[in-house]
Parts: sequence; C-alpha cells; structure tokens
Amino acid sequence: MSDTSHNYLNAKKGLWSWLTTTDHKRIGILYAIACGAFFLLGGILATFVRTELGAPGETILGQDEYNQVFTLHGVVMVFLVIIPAIPGILGNFVLPLQVGANDVAFPRLNLASWYLFMAGALMAVCGWLFVGKVDTGWTFYTPYSSGASNAVLWLTSAVFVAGFASIFTGLNFIVTVHKMRAPGMTWNRLPLFTWAIYATAIVQVLATPVIGITMVLLFLEKLLHIGIFDPALGGDPVLFQHFFWFYSHPAVYIMILPAMGIISDLMGTFSRQHVSGYTFIALSSVAIAFLGFLVWGHHMFVSGQSALSSIIFSMLTFLIGIPTGIKVFNWVATMYKGSVWLKTPMLYALMFLFLFTIGGLTGIMVGVLAVDVHLHDTYFVVAHFHYVMMGGALIGLIGGLHYWWPKMTGRMYNEKAGVIAAILVFIGFNLTFFTQFFLGSKGMPRRYHDYSEFLETFPEFAALNMTSTIGSYILGVGLVMILIYALYSLVRGPRATANPWGACTLEWTHTETVPDEHNFHDTPLVTRGPYDYHLADDVFGPKKES
Amino acid sequence: MISADTTLKHYFVNHEQQFDAAKLGMWLFLVTEVLLFAGMFVAYAVYRAWHPEVFLQASELLDWRLGALNTIVLLASSFTVALSIHFVQKGENRKVLVLLLLTLLCAAIFMVVKYFEYTDKFSHGIVLGAGFDPHGIIDGKDYSKYNVPYAAQFFSIYFVMTGIHGVHVLVGMGIFGWLATRVARGHFSPQWYTPVELTGLYWHLVDIIWIFLFPLLYLI
Repeated sequence: MSDTSHNYLNAKKGLWSWLTTTDHKRIGILYAIACGAFFLLGGILATFVRTELGAPGETILGQDEYNQVFTLHGVVMVFLVIIPAIPGILGNFVLPLQVGANDVAFPRLNLASWYLFMAGALMAVCGWLFVGKVDTGWTFYTPYSSGASNAVLWLTSAVFVAGFASIFTGLNFIVTVHKMRAPGMTWNRLPLFTWAIYATAIVQVLATPVIGITMVLLFLEKLLHIGIFDPALGGDPVLFQHFFWFYSHPAVYIMILPAMGIISDLMGTFSRQHVSGYTFIALSSVAIAFLGFLVWGHHMFVSGQSALSSIIFSMLTFLIGIPTGIKVFNWVATMYKGSVWLKTPMLYALMFLFLFTIGGLTGIMVGVLAVDVHLHDTYFVVAHFHYVMMGGALIGLIGGLHYWWPKMTGRMYNEKAGVIAAILVFIGFNLTFFTQFFLGSKGMPRRYHDYSEFLETFPEFAALNMTSTIGSYILGVGLVMILIYALYSLVRGPRATANPWGACTLEWTHTETVPDEHNFHDTPLVTRGPYDYHLADDVFGPKKES
Repeated sequence: MISADTTLKHYFVNHEQQFDAAKLGMWLFLVTEVLLFAGMFVAYAVYRAWHPEVFLQASELLDWRLGALNTIVLLASSFTVALSIHFVQKGENRKVLVLLLLTLLCAAIFMVVKYFEYTDKFSHGIVLGAGFDPHGIIDGKDYSKYNVPYAAQFFSIYFVMTGIHGVHVLVGMGIFGWLATRVARGHFSPQWYTPVELTGLYWHLVDIIWIFLFPLLYLI
C-alpha cells in the first residue's frame, strides 16, 4: 500500500519486519492471516462432511475418512480459529487503542504467543500429514484416544502449546487493562468490547492451564500407559471428561464473550445511542466468566457421573441464562428509539442477535436433564453449538472485522457486496443448521457418516439432510464472497475517511484512520464515556442538516 | 551501571507503572501455574479417596528423610532469594550475587537428591507407566510386596507431579544463573531490579508447591 501518511503499515518494510514486530496492531494482522487460513481449511473440511451427508449411503467419504475429517474440522475450528481469532485479531488490534495505551503491557510476550500458536498449528498439521489420522473427535475422550493412532500425541502436544499462546494473550490483556489505561479512562468508561475481552482474558488465564495438564496426562497415558485415564490400567475415563470440560466449557465463553463485546460496540455505534444498561452488560461479562467455571458437568449427563452432580450442574446451567439474557435485552433496548443505521456490520449484529438467541435458548433446552438424555449425541446438539459458535462467535467476528476494517487497512469494502454476502450467510446458515434441530429431535445421531438405515423409520431424513447440505453450499458461497471483496478492497478499495461510522470510542476519535506506529500522537485525556452520543455535536462538530 | 532511563520501555509512562505491570503479569502467571498443578492435585485426591490403603502403603517406599532434606534445602533457598531482593533494593550487589549463587546451589542440591531418589526407584522396578514391577529388598522392605493394584497409580502421580515440579526447579536454576551474570555485570540498581523480584516470586511458588507435595506423597 502506498499511503502518503506515516502509519503502522508502512513504518517498517519487508517480511522480516512483520515476523519480528512487537506492534500489537501488526500482531493482530498476523493472527488475522493465520486464523483466516485455518478458517478456510476448516470450512473446506465442513463442506466435505456436509457433502458426504447430502445423500444417503456412502458418497464421497468412507466411514474412517469421515471420522477423520470431522475430527480435523472440529480441532481446527475450535483450537485454531474460534478460540484465538477474536482476542488474537481484534483484541490485539483494538484493545490497546480503546484504552488509550501505546501497546500491550508485554509486547514481546505478545509476539511469542503468536509463534506458540503457529507452532501448535504446525504440530497439528505435521502430525496429520506425516504420523497418522486422528478420528477421536475434538474431545479426545479416553480410552478411545489413548488407544488410537500415535498422531494423538502430536495433536495433544499441539493443544498444549497453542494453549500457552492463549494464556499469554489473556495475561497481556488483563495487565494492559489494569495498568495502562489513559488518564481519565476509568473502568466505567471502558468500551464494552474491552470489558468483554477482559472477562475473556480471565477465563483464558484460569481455564487454559487445566487443559494443559490434561493434555500432558493424556500424552503420558498414550506414551507410557500411566493408568490415570485408561480403565484397563485402573484409571478413570470420566476423570478425563471432568478435566477436559473444566477447560472446554469455560472455553465456550472464551469463544462467545469477545463476540458479545463486538456486538455491544456495534449496537451503540450503529444505533447512535448510549448502550442501554452499560454497567449491566459490562458486569454480565464478568458474571458469565465466573459462572462458566461451574457448569462443565452438563456435558456429562450420560457419562455416569452421580445423579446429584448432574442435578446441580443442570441448575447452575440455567443461571448462565440470566447474564446472557441481560445482554440480549439490553442490545434490543439500545436500538429502541435509536437511529439504526443498517450498514454491513450492523447486519451482522442483528444476525448475531437472532442466531445467538436461538443457540442460547436451545442451550437451556439441552441443559434440562431429561431432555438432554433424549438429545445427547444427536444433531440437535450439533445444531445448538453451531448456532452459538458460528452464529454467535464467528458472525460476531465477521461483523467486527467489517467494523474495524477501515481502521486496520485504511480502505473501505464494497457495501453492496457486503450486504449481499450477509444475506447469503444468513440464509445459508439457517438452512444448514435449523434443519439439524429437526434431525436431532427425531434422533439422528452425530458422528455417523451414513443414515440410510434410519430412512425406513424416518424417510424425512433424506430431504432434511439434502436441505442442510444445500444450505452449507450457500453459506460457503457467502463466506468466499466476503474473502473476495475483502481482498479486492485491500488493492482497489476507496480510502476510508477518518471516522466512517461516526463512532465514539478512542480508536476512532483519537487515532489516524490507519493508526501511527505508536498509536497516539499525544496521550489522550478521556473526559467522557464510550457511547456518549448525546455529546456528538461537541465531539464531531454540529449536525449538517440543522 | 545502566542508568534507569534506558530500562523504561517507551509504552510505559514511568517506572512505577512498568514495575506494577510486570509484577501483576508475574502474579497472573503464578495463578496459571497453580491451576496447572491443581489438575494433578485433583487426580491425587480422587485416587487417594478411592484407594486410601494402597496410597498409604505405597508412600512407605518413599524415603521421608530425603524428602525432609529437600524441604529444608528449598526453604533455605527461598530465604536466600528473599534476602537477595532485600539487598538489591539497597544496592549491595556483591551480597546479591552471593545470595543468588547460594540459591542456585540449593536448587542443585535438591535436584541431586531427586536424582538419587529416582534412580533408586528405577533400579527396583518402580517406574512411570507400564513397566511398573517393584522388586528387591531395601532397608528391610521387600519391594515385591508393594506390587498391588493401584500402587502403579500412586507412583504415576508421584513421578508426574515431582517430575513437573523438577522441571520448574531446573528452569529456576537457569534463571538464577542468568540473573547472577547480570548482577555481576552491574545491570541492577535500587531503581530497577524487576527481574530479581519476579524470579523471587516464581521461586517462592516452586517452593510452596513442594511444601504441599512432600507431606501428601511422603508422609501420609
């Protein structure tokens, strides 16, 4: 890019300057490139899965290949895309700008965490290519995983290493928010995206070490047969499930909380109104982070854990609905009597609201003990968590990327293309996954490559699966379209103006459109809240119409 | 001696902010360490609750005298590292150097004792994992009597916990060696001694974890 201004993109030149950068904005871009590539890989694998299921019988994948493909899809999407993406890309890029800092507290650690993340990814891919295929599912349940291919060793090591990337990122953000806020940036003036990333960081720091030690123990179980998880040696496989979900349930909030933060910022900016219930939204993020640690057992209702713990976990699961509901109602209230501006980012915010609410409410359904016994391991669960992880976390990420795109690149994308892609994604997503609620409630089990034997009892499975597969292609077209117009925008997009959305937070009001290498020319002095749109005249000059 | 200003990173406003940030970061890192070990403590608690008699019996094979010696050595090293922080604040760098080297020595003694404990166990068939097969007679104890179900679990937990703890001691030794060279080159002053302080925090945690490991594995 040949900008005339001096900014973080052209301050230093060459690949080496990118690979050795400690600038939080450049590290955000590094994450964007990596996560984008993994998202493409995971998406291609998902297309294979849906194509296999499009018609009854074996079509393009045998049963073993099918198991391997959905395992890799799960591992890539969870550990290499959804968990790192929002904190890694937008957290890195935006958070220091939003709090008025010149960088994160530990820039070198920040770069190190990107390298750890890439090392983890490399181990996963190398294990896959050169050692063997893993077909355990992304959960690595013992004893199956401790007896499976040696590639499990590579994949568990990969999760261990990538976990440290997540820990260091979270640690960096907590310290940055605590110690590096600009003068006047009180806790009550933190943008809600920063609040959400802060709550996420707490979960990253507290939960990730537990998956680390779980992976170490699984590694040793597989390599040396230490008998901690393998029942044949006196170990307890349910203990593995406890350990695994003690991380992996909070990890669900590592995925969704940052997206909720993005939606809060989008709702405020594109309704041009103070975000309703600011304090409640901020603290509900912390409440979700806290409650998220107490509900892992709801993944294990049919594992043989005690009935009493199942009941307690079920009750605690319902509690999560409270802070989540607080957010959803406040987002709706933010739009009420606001000046809603339906630009592409806002379309994704509305999409999030719709899809996440479905995902969240079905989550309450599978949190009910009796219902879960019926729905466990069916497509209902698959549909539920895709509504939350894709419809929630990834739609939030895409919305956020559109919102901050001008800030990151200095260019605008084609708004018309953005709207068309958003509509395609919305239609495709719902066709793909809403049908799966029907499939699951009828009892179609997940992780099966073929359903022809059910067709006698449930002939509708064929049509529903076909619809789901067609939906996934539409979704795929929408996502590829985003990739194409984003790349086009990098080269040919019109230059972005200083504050294209008229946003109120520091990254829009106090930095250049493409920020300087050191973010702020002068340390900002914060004298107002993040969504004080009633001050808009003072901040942005008088209205043009009046 | 390096002047204080070159140690202030450009993205911090002043030394106080930089020092506070570094300390908070270290404390958070220690929290992650506690949770890492917490997983293993949970595994210990679960298997102990299920097979208390086996754990009691198997723990007899660990020599409490060596464990106690290592406890004293580590406690002493925590004392020397605390003193080193005291003296670096007063700018008495000669004493800091001596104290850091003493700490390094204590850590080395700990690892040597651990080495003899491990090799003794290995030579009598007490290993991590599938090869577990105790045999031989030591101190009047017939090891083969300890080849009971779930004794292997006890020693799996023993080796994993003390092994990962040992890795932390080794890392600590590396850091103390590096700190000692920096002290010798006069890098630290009462104005800036962050690495010494942070390493001290880390070392106290390594010490505390051992203080839990010793009674749980050797004594009860």
